Amino acid sequence: MSPATFLGMPPFPVAAREALANSQQRGNLRNATHTIRAKRAGVVGEVEDWEQLRRAGAAIKDDVLGNLDGYLEQLESSLTLAGATVHWARDASEANRIVIDIARRHHVDEVVKVKSMVTGEIELNAALEAAGISAWETDLAELIVQLGDDLPSHILVPAIHRNRSEVREIFLREMGKVGKPAEVDLTDDPADLAGAARRHLREKFLRAKVAVSGANFAVADTGTLVVVESEGNGRMCLTLPEVLVSIVGIEKIVPTWTDLEVFLQLLPRSSTGERMNPYTSTWTGVTPGDGPQEVHVVLLDNGRTSVLADEVGRQALRCIRCSACLNVCPVYERTGGRAYGSVYPGPIGAILTPMLRGIGTDAATDSLPYASSLCGACFEVCPVLIDIPEVLVHLREKVVDAHRGRMPGTVAMAMTGASWLLTNARRLAALQAVTGVSGRVLGRRGRIGPMPAPLNRWTDARDAPTPPRESFRGWWARTDGGRGDRGAGRDGREGR
Amino acid sequence: MKVAVFVTCLNDTMFPGTGTAVVRLLRRLGVDVEFPTGQTCCGQMHVNTGYVAEAVPIVRTFVDAFAGYDAVVAPSGSCVASVRHQHQLVAHRSGDTRLAREVATLSPRVYELSEFLVDVLGVVDVGAYFPHRVTLHPTCHSRRLLGVGDRPERLLHAVRGLTLVDLPEAEECCGFGGTFALKNPDVSVAMGSDKARHVREAGAEVLVAGDNSCLMHIGGLLTRERAGIRAMHLAEVLASTEPGA
Repeated sequence: MSPATFLGMPPFPVAAREALANSQQRGNLRNATHTIRAKRAGVVGEVEDWEQLRRAGAAIKDDVLGNLDGYLEQLESSLTLAGATVHWARDASEANRIVIDIARRHHVDEVVKVKSMVTGEIELNAALEAAGISAWETDLAELIVQLGDDLPSHILVPAIHRNRSEVREIFLREMGKVGKPAEVDLTDDPADLAGAARRHLREKFLRAKVAVSGANFAVADTGTLVVVESEGNGRMCLTLPEVLVSIVGIEKIVPTWTDLEVFLQLLPRSSTGERMNPYTSTWTGVTPGDGPQEVHVVLLDNGRTSVLADEVGRQALRCIRCSACLNVCPVYERTGGRAYGSVYPGPIGAILTPMLRGIGTDAATDSLPYASSLCGACFEVCPVLIDIPEVLVHLREKVVDAHRGRMPGTVAMAMTGASWLLTNARRLAALQAVTGVSGRVLGRRGRIGPMPAPLNRWTDARDAPTPPRESFRGWWARTDGGRGDRGAGRDGREGR
Repeated sequence: MKVAVFVTCLNDTMFPGTGTAVVRLLRRLGVDVEFPTGQTCCGQMHVNTGYVAEAVPIVRTFVDAFAGYDAVVAPSGSCVASVRHQHQLVAHRSGDTRLAREVATLSPRVYELSEFLVDVLGVVDVGAYFPHRVTLHPTCHSRRLLGVGDRPERLLHAVRGLTLVDLPEAEECCGFGGTFALKNPDVSVAMGSDKARHVREAGAEVLVAGDNSCLMHIGGLLTRERAGIRAMHLAEVLASTEPGA
């Protein structure tokens, strides 16, 4: 059984339609997002200098991104000095190959994993499995996803679409197949479920020789990696095994420990709605006699330098994976994360995924920048001030430009026609003469109900207004701007 | 002060009553508002759908129509946000430096209706009478992109006879989103039906907003459900007066 994959997912509107019909998931997501949204708003509201912190976070990241070459070299030499082995990976397959080689050198057929977005991005688990190496997820939610042969649907809480009775069923059914089974009298009480996971995972922690992690931050001047987590499973992985391999996106750098101070305030409040993070692990290369004695760091590009080359889009590399934008997004709340066809869902995924993968290659990726009503709730909460709506609009332009020169579709033809009409007031007036006639014909119906395709995209669920008999422009011309009209332009229709 | 109304293409074509309400309201407040007939559209639909090149001539038409005015007032938070935040980008992309200069001087003089009333004219009580229970949907672009804050509420509070009731989860997007409503109709309707439910829960007779695009969407859901709640633009409420007044 190979791990579930996002490959071959349909475009967002199709995946979303399916997700919208999943009433269990709709309920789970609504409860979860609203709870965490309120929690975040509460703890962010307590911080008087929150706006300054956001600006500081954005400025630190912008400095790193603007001088990435120098910081990367600095990080490499600090890490090497501290006894770590640094590897460079251009893409997913290079990174996966490095991890597989290290595991093989130590003759292991399993690794334990700290929750990590980047290993999901490069589909490391599938690559390890193909090489005959089992990768055990040790974060509770990642474990639920892995045991359920499922896909993650949230950055922070990847099993957000599951409720506790579903989790109980998965544990009872699957744990025994890959290790210590769950007790037969397991209930769906959260403490009971956590206990089962703890017992199941403990034997893996104690047995594993190799651990794989990501990193939330990499401090350039000391070579320190930082993992921020809530369950303590990360610390088990980072301290018990003999060998530790950490895969780190090149944008994860912060220059100094002082800069960490800003992010360790921004991140927990934005992500879990906590004032302080429960388990913050930091390690600097190898400490003799304490913890892993062989430490590898894989610095990964995988599309990041092409994001960096995009003047508007590069702000997405400031992202610290807090998921605040997911939790406030009205689209995400209803569709869940899997509809986005990527390990990075929600508003940040809608910009990051197409930039990392490249625009103009497949319909699913190109649909992502359109998976937003541009309401701006994401930008409002982003701790590092990523103007997600701005980047979405920018990427839509890139999608359109990537398709120019090909056979124009309905939308492209409509947009060209609309541009021609709306560039000249006389042309618009001519269109309004037509709508005026249809208004006179349809006037008695009041509202326009269900219509055939393509109008059904509007009218399947919504009435459409009947056009007025006279446009505003027509009224202005006929009445000399209302001066010749005592009724002053009540058009006789009420409501929309 | 030479003041022009930018009625917007949607209102001009589909909701002329909103445009005439702006004219009546501003005249009542002593502003001799003009309608430059060369005007068409702000170009937002094109920009937000990715057709920036096609938006260039539209922005040029906008600048040509309004360049000679001290202030431009529009009954749409979304269109004004586009003028203020996107026209510069479109002009920059066109490579036309003259257009970029003209946009830079014109954009700050373009106001959403509630901004114009409260900030430029300095009025909150516009002398309106509207004896109904009303709830307000604060549209995303007015609130987040323009920062109109509580201006619409303050204007509504001052209307005689009007009872303003709270809209649950008011700050949630209604799901219109321009071409989003057509490209992602299922998600758009899912968002809109939650908004419509909140409007019904508010117990109002009239749903008011500063954008007819959002109202067309929420109102279309409400009438499909035969909810018996009218959707009305803020301008039309503020233009209403006592019969015979």
